[in-house]
Amino acid sequence: MQNRILVLLVHPLFEKSRMHKSLVNHIPEGVTVHDLYQEYPDFNIDIKREQKLLLNHDIIIWQHPVYWYSCPALLKQWIDIVLEAGWAYGPNGKALEGKVVMQVLSTGGARSTYQPEGYHHFTLKEFLTPFNRTTTLCNMQYLPPFAGQGSHRISDDELLTLSRNYAHLLDYLQHNRLDVAEFQTFEYLNDWLLKDKIA
Amino acid sequence: MSSDFLPQALVYLSAAVVCVPLAKKIGMSSVLGYLISGIIIGPFILGFIGQEGEGIMHVAEFGVVMMLFLIGLELEPKAFWEMRKAIAGFGFSQLIGTTILIFGLFMLLGWEWTMSFSIGLALTMSSTAIVLQTLKEKGLSKSQAGEASFSVLLFQDIAVIPILAILPLLATTSIAPESAHPSLLGGLDPWLQTVIVIGAVASIYGIGTYLVVPLLRMIAKTGLREMFTASSLLLVVAVALLMETVGLSPALGTFVAGVVLANSEFRHELESDIEPFKGLLLGLFFMGVGASINFQLLAESPGQIALIVCAVILIKFAVLFVIGKTFKLKNDQNFMFALGLSQVGEFAFVLLSFTGQLHIINEEWLGKLTAVTAISMMTTPLLLLFNEKVITRFFGTNEVPEKRAADAIDQQHQVIIAGFGHFGSTIGRLLRANGIEATILDNNSDQVELLRRMGFNVYYGDPTRTDLLKSAGIENAKLLIAAFDSPEINGELIKTVKKHYGHVKVLARARNRFDAHEIMEMGVTNIYRETLYTSVHLAIDALQELGFRKYTATRQGQKFITYDEKALERLAGSRSDMKEYAIHARREIEMQEKLLQDDLLLDFSTGDHSWDSNFVKETLMGKK
Repeated sequence: MQNRILVLLVHPLFEKSRMHKSLVNHIPEGVTVHDLYQEYPDFNIDIKREQKLLLNHDIIIWQHPVYWYSCPALLKQWIDIVLEAGWAYGPNGKALEGKVVMQVLSTGGARSTYQPEGYHHFTLKEFLTPFNRTTTLCNMQYLPPFAGQGSHRISDDELLTLSRNYAHLLDYLQHNRLDVAEFQTFEYLNDWLLKDKIA
Repeated sequence: MSSDFLPQALVYLSAAVVCVPLAKKIGMSSVLGYLISGIIIGPFILGFIGQEGEGIMHVAEFGVVMMLFLIGLELEPKAFWEMRKAIAGFGFSQLIGTTILIFGLFMLLGWEWTMSFSIGLALTMSSTAIVLQTLKEKGLSKSQAGEASFSVLLFQDIAVIPILAILPLLATTSIAPESAHPSLLGGLDPWLQTVIVIGAVASIYGIGTYLVVPLLRMIAKTGLREMFTASSLLLVVAVALLMETVGLSPALGTFVAGVVLANSEFRHELESDIEPFKGLLLGLFFMGVGASINFQLLAESPGQIALIVCAVILIKFAVLFVIGKTFKLKNDQNFMFALGLSQVGEFAFVLLSFTGQLHIINEEWLGKLTAVTAISMMTTPLLLLFNEKVITRFFGTNEVPEKRAADAIDQQHQVIIAGFGHFGSTIGRLLRANGIEATILDNNSDQVELLRRMGFNVYYGDPTRTDLLKSAGIENAKLLIAAFDSPEINGELIKTVKKHYGHVKVLARARNRFDAHEIMEMGVTNIYRETLYTSVHLAIDALQELGFRKYTATRQGQKFITYDEKALERLAGSRSDMKEYAIHARREIEMQEKLLQDDLLLDFSTGDHSWDSNFVKETLMGKK
């Protein structure tokens, strides 16, 4: 079976992002890439158009860098106005019911810094709580993130591996019935890929 | 007369409808088209009209009367004051220089000095109608040549008033009128005549200011728009009649009436009301000129008339060229200026016929000089064509920028900006700030010289010529930005590019909704209306001043732009109910009406509940 995937790419300076350019280049065919900063440079988001896009896909991916432990401003704007009361949530707000949502992230700091005893004091999962709750409130299933961490220091080889893993993940999501509960046992989908390969 | 009217109108209108589009098609100005159609229907070719000659002259004269009213109306005192130095400099020297030389010429021919002088004054005049229309068609009104031309014409317009006052004085030295002229002034002392001329002009001014303007204010309160047109026409007719009664030129009278109204607050309203009449009346005037050329006189002494035409044009050209040089006009601009004004203008008809009435010159010479005037008017479009095709190639600004040093690779730019005025230059600067060098195309030589000094890659000339576009590198360009002031030039350019270079993406400037609609029909989708973004910006600020939060107002503005652009597309799409209107203004009003109606039916911002907690509350908890 075929899951229709929508990647909402949200990067205010995409042309200078080595990591996201590489990731985007590895997105397989059949995936819709919707570049929000390209579409709405003036933050004037076309609500109806976005809602229609969401309805036409099964898996929604927010791909963005992590800024100040959150998303770029335009994605917050998008969440604010596209996920309308009575449409995405609330009584009769069942438009997105059952859809799968996940984030594809880049962080400057390495994975080890996102630990209770690490530099950032909290895990990435903890920082992502608002996204988790927002999507579950909208009756969607929230998957753990796929993250490229330590982006300041990542080598070309490491980036290539990461990008290939991303391609592999998308390909899997596209062509398989998803066991959401199993995915949710992992902290990162990067880990699920690793386990999958080992097994 | 009344039974004559319909057939005459039929003849005039069909001649115009056939000849003017033809003239435009082969790249001539519409003026030439009207002149030729006048000749064709005139007594010497088809003879449809004016076997008696009277009818045509009446029509032609009313054309002049109406045109002078409009010129007067456009003579804004403020603009006039700002240009006073240019007007005095260019205008005064032209008038004096040309009059003296023509005066000298006719004195040499052994004419009486009064005749020579009055003819000198008459032939000094250039044609406001031809020159202004030509400049507008070429989009050069704002160039140096355009402003200099305007100064000269304005000075002449004003000079007509004292000249008309002086002419009766010249009559004193001539032989007394043989037959009594049927005007009230005919038998009076010339000095008294002069006083009456000045008095009549002054009285129009006084009556206009203290009677007509208050009357217009009263009419404004009735809210009947057509009453404005009616009252201004009434004014013109009344003034013309008054002037005729006292034996003065009706044209002069209406000119003054126009100036009076230019001072009033109704100027723009009157102007836009009369605008549709203007073109037609001017056309009628030029056709009258064409029809009034007396080919019999031409046939009798073709050499003499040709010689006079050449001499007069040469004198006028030489004087203007020297003035242009003195005021440091660039060669291109100077040729345009001097050749453009080299014809004898419509005022000459007025002055000549007045001179004839005063018996300063005889019937035969009146006819000959009228022919000279009309013929000289016909030479202008040809001279300008010659200027464009030949002279500027040799003496003007280079079309193509000079090749850079051999080591620099002559890189073809991806972007061509056509038109580099305020609009285009802003685009160019922003692109340049981002490291994108554009090739620039402009038809204003002053601009071109400046830009080349600043290191821009500028091509100069008529932007609708494919060979120029080609040398500017359109074949390898990605984008063409059509940013000319003149919608006509922009439109022609876009058509040319769409036809021959379909691969180039066109980003087009449009003045307004109407232009945008036209450009949309040429198949361009990226259209930028000057009057949309700026006015929305202003409306946003206005909303803010009235207590709206700036972001709310801004979102409303953004939505409005999207909505308005869609509405225009819809309008363009529904061609079936968009009739073709010959008169643009009518079509524009229709569009406006349709858009406003749609606004009522469809609130463009309904459905925007973003961040609205009341909406959220109602949705989640139900309406109270």
